[in-house]
Amino acid sequence: MIALVWRDLRQGYAGGGATLVVAFFLLVAILFPFAIGPDTALLSRIGGGVIWAAALLAALMPVERLVAPDLESGVLDQLAVRGASLAAVAAAKMLAHWLAFAPPLMLAAVIAAGLLDLPGETLLLVEAGLLLGTPGLAALAVATAALLAGARGAGAVAGLVMLPLAVPLLIFGAGAITGGPSGLKLLAATSLLLVAGAPLVAGAAIRAAME
Amino acid sequence: MSDALVVDRLVVTRGERRFSPVSFVAPPGGAVLVTGPNGVGKSSLLRVLAGIGRIGEGDVVRPAGGVALMDEAHALDRTLPLGAALRFWARLDVAPESATRVAAALADVDLTELAAVPVRLLSAGQRRRAALARVVASGARLWLLDEPGNALDAAALDRLSALIARHRARGGIVVAATHQPLAWPGAEQVRL
Repeated sequence: MIALVWRDLRQGYAGGGATLVVAFFLLVAILFPFAIGPDTALLSRIGGGVIWAAALLAALMPVERLVAPDLESGVLDQLAVRGASLAAVAAAKMLAHWLAFAPPLMLAAVIAAGLLDLPGETLLLVEAGLLLGTPGLAALAVATAALLAGARGAGAVAGLVMLPLAVPLLIFGAGAITGGPSGLKLLAATSLLLVAGAPLVAGAAIRAAME
Repeated sequence: MSDALVVDRLVVTRGERRFSPVSFVAPPGGAVLVTGPNGVGKSSLLRVLAGIGRIGEGDVVRPAGGVALMDEAHALDRTLPLGAALRFWARLDVAPESATRVAAALADVDLTELAAVPVRLLSAGQRRRAALARVVASGARLWLLDEPGNALDAAALDRLSALIARHRARGGIVVAATHQPLAWPGAEQVRL
């Protein structure tokens, strides 16, 4: 499984995936000052929520690359032939995806905070929230990718499947900025639930796509 | 676990389709050629034998010693050099000796010179041989080959036959689905 995590992680960074996610995230964050004008007070008030919304959209980007290519190229078949549990394979993919997209995203959030004129303590809460929330986002992304792996036009549907399920993360993540520690606890609980449930869902979805 | 591959009135299903029942026994050193027109369930049968298809009825008893499947997908990372892509699977199969196994398997399929070339640059026939090298390097007892002769030239076909003969001589079992005539001595024909 470590070999699998390593392989997926290498692919995540090698395909320019991390750069794309970060660029997209920053672009969305930059759109807001353009859209609502250079009102520093307003921007710093909504900035935390903007970062969360941008993170959610950025997490959607790599969904098409997470499972479908491995299903097509027979990699998942070969793992199954070797008796690997598909839920464990999905868990490995989640870990690799999280390692590939969370650290760059958290770094980019610092830049976005500068663009949105976020105060330091808000940035700290946003970063803590991202640290707790991104595992849930990664789990959701892999589960979505597995569910849509066999489908045509998966990229367009991915948002419709994933974003509603990510709403709790967004609510508690953005809520933690004003709500403090209790918000972070709820965020962590939501994230944990997704991380615990998603491998089983993704494993079953991959099995169904294979047969 | 026995030493032979036993397929007993096996009905393979794929989606809504149910294929006709199949029975055969392949002892150690045995080979089975599954033939029949397109869409009759040859590939689905091989997937069931590999443990990843769906069984409608009947039974499969696989021999001890592992299974290796070669189907139309080569399952090698396109961006990696061929040798590294093969070592990924060999490490899962035969961890300590993966490097030597892969080197030997590449020599078996005459791809040693291309070990450093990325998989995406290989031709169709070379990819096919690379997939065969993956099977050879796995050290598995039971080889399941789906159209092993596709895209291979005459020299590669001879090499394939030689590899199959060597595997059977060591007590291995080969089941191949094919629409090409493959002359393997003593192979049982199963027509779907």
